[in-house]
Amino acid sequence: MSLTADDVRRLALLARLELTDEEVDAIGPQVTKILGFVEQLALLDTEDVEPMTTALDLDNRWRADELVPSLTNEQALQNAPAKDDSCFLVPPVLGTAASKSSH
Amino acid sequence: MSKHEITTIIGLEVHVQLKTKTKLFCSCSAAFGAPPNTQVCPVCLGLPGALPVMNEEAIELAIRAGLAINCSIPPMTKWDRKQYFYPDLPKGYQISQFDLPICADGYLEITDPEDPDSIRHIGIIRAHLEEDAGKSMHDEQTGKSDTRIDLNRCGTPLLEIVSQPDLRSAAEVKEYLTQLKLILTHLDVSDCEMQEGSLRVDANVNLHIRFDGKKIATPIVEVKNMNSFRAVERALEYEIERQYADWEVDGLTIEDNPKTTRGWDDVKERTFVQREKEESADYRYFPDPDLLPIRIPAERVEELRQSLGELPRETFARLQSQHGLKPYDADVIVNQGPAMIAYYERVSELSGDAKRASSWIQQDVMRTLKDRDVSIDDFLVTSVQLGELLKRVSDGQLDNTRARDVFSYLLEKESTVEQAIAALGIEQVDSSEIDALCQALLDANPAVVDDVRGGKVQAVGSLIGQAKKKNPNANPQQVRETLLRLIGK
Repeated sequence: MSLTADDVRRLALLARLELTDEEVDAIGPQVTKILGFVEQLALLDTEDVEPMTTALDLDNRWRADELVPSLTNEQALQNAPAKDDSCFLVPPVLGTAASKSSH
Repeated sequence: MSKHEITTIIGLEVHVQLKTKTKLFCSCSAAFGAPPNTQVCPVCLGLPGALPVMNEEAIELAIRAGLAINCSIPPMTKWDRKQYFYPDLPKGYQISQFDLPICADGYLEITDPEDPDSIRHIGIIRAHLEEDAGKSMHDEQTGKSDTRIDLNRCGTPLLEIVSQPDLRSAAEVKEYLTQLKLILTHLDVSDCEMQEGSLRVDANVNLHIRFDGKKIATPIVEVKNMNSFRAVERALEYEIERQYADWEVDGLTIEDNPKTTRGWDDVKERTFVQREKEESADYRYFPDPDLLPIRIPAERVEELRQSLGELPRETFARLQSQHGLKPYDADVIVNQGPAMIAYYERVSELSGDAKRASSWIQQDVMRTLKDRDVSIDDFLVTSVQLGELLKRVSDGQLDNTRARDVFSYLLEKESTVEQAIAALGIEQVDSSEIDALCQALLDANPAVVDDVRGGKVQAVGSLIGQAKKKNPNANPQQVRETLLRLIGK
C-alpha cells in the first residue's frame, strides 16, 4: 500500500508532529516502505494459529497491594521545566479541552 | 411534551475507582485528598525506563464487581495502550483494556420506576480495568495563567462499566446508578462518591420518534460533567426535552450529525455544546508490551463468586418472601446498606415482629439518625435493646407511645430496657384499675355516653386523652375497648 500526503499529515497530527510540506513528501515513501516490510507477515497462513499477546511464556505477574513510599514533592518536580510550589505547570489549556473529562 | 410517540434511548459509561490501597501499576498510595504530587513515583510520572507491575487486589475487586453484576469472567484478559496527548497523562497513553476486558456481558436488575412491582434487566456490555489520569487545574478566570498539574490520581485503578442502551428514562438511570452503587459499596469494591470523583457518569442519549409511520432517531449526545445522582437525573430530563424540541425545529437526525458532546451546567440547569462534531476517535490501541496477560482459572472465579455473600437484590427479595415486608419497605432498608440490614434483622428476630421492626426503623431510628447525623454503627439504641423493646410492644406490655418514651430515654441515658421502664415509672396497669378509671370518666361525662350510644363512636377519643392524663401507663387501646364495653357498645 502507498500512503497519501493526507495520510501522513493525519499521522503527524495524531503524534503531535509539525511537518513541513517537504517533510511530508520525504516521510511518505519512508513510512510506506516500513509498512511494506511489515506487510510481508500477511503472506503467512495463520488460519490455525492462536493470536499471540506476548512473546514471553509467562502470565499473572503481579504484586500485593502494599504501600511503598512515593517520591517527595521536591523529587517529583525536580526535572520539570516549569513548576510552582507543588504542581507541574503547562501552558494554559484552552477552549473545549479545558472541559475535557474522562477518555 | 410530544405530539409523536417517542422512545428514549440511554446508555451509560460509569467509571468507579476501586478501593485499593495502592495504584494499579505501582505501589504509590491511591488515597484521595493528599497534597499535590506527593503520591507519585517514576511509574505514574511516566519517567523513561519505569515499568508497571499489576496490583493483584485491583484484579480481584474487578472480578468481584463483575460477578455481582452478572458478568462472565473470560479465562484470559490483557492490557492495551490507548494513545492520546493531554498534560495530565504523562506517558502519552493510558493503560486500558480494548478487545479482551476482564468482565463481559452481564446485567443489572432494577425496579421499574413506573411499576414498583416489576423488574427490569439492564444489559451490561463489559467492565474493564484502566488507570486514571492526573488532575488539571485551569485558570478559570482569565484562561491566561499556566495550567497546574497534580499527578497524584495518575494510575489509580478504575473499573469502567458500560451498559447496553437499555435505559428508557432519567428515572431508570437514577435507579440503575443507585443499584450499582449499592452493590459496589456493599462489596466494599468502591466508595462510589460522585463528589470525590470515585464514581463518574457519562450518558449517551437520543430519541426514537415515530413519525409518518417511520422511526426517526435524533443525533446521539454524550452528556458529561454531572457530579451528583440528582444532576444526572436533571441533565437527562433536560436533554430529552431539548432533543425533541430541537428536532421539531430543525428536523436533524442521526444521519445528519451522528454524535456530539454536551456538558451539564448545574447552575443554569441546562446542557451546552462541548464538541460539535466528534473527531473520529483514533486512539491507536495496541497490546501493552510492558505487561503480561492475565489468566484467571475457573476455580478462582468460583471461589470469588462464593465469597460475595448475599447481594442487595437477594436481601431485597428475602425481606419480602421471608419477612413479609412490602417491596417499598424492603427497598428502604436494603438501600441503607449492610449495617442497617444487620440491625433490622436482629430487631426483627428478637421482637418476633418483622413489620413492627421495619416500621420503627424507618420512622424512629432513621429520623433520629438523620437529626443527629450519626450512622447506624454509632447509634445509641442497640439492635438488642430495640428488639427487646418491640417484643414488649408485641406482647401488649407496652403501647407505642410508652415505647417511644423508652426509646427516647435510651437515646439519652445508657441503660437497659428494663431500667428505662423502671426509671420512667412505667408499669402495667391491671384491668380492674382500668375498669375503675373508665367508669369514673363515663360517670363524669354523660354527654359522651349519649353521643356514643347515638352512633358517634369516635366521641370516646376525648376520654382516652383524659385517661392518659390521669394514668400515663394506661394503654390507649385497652382504655378504648373498656370504655366501649362499659357503654355497652
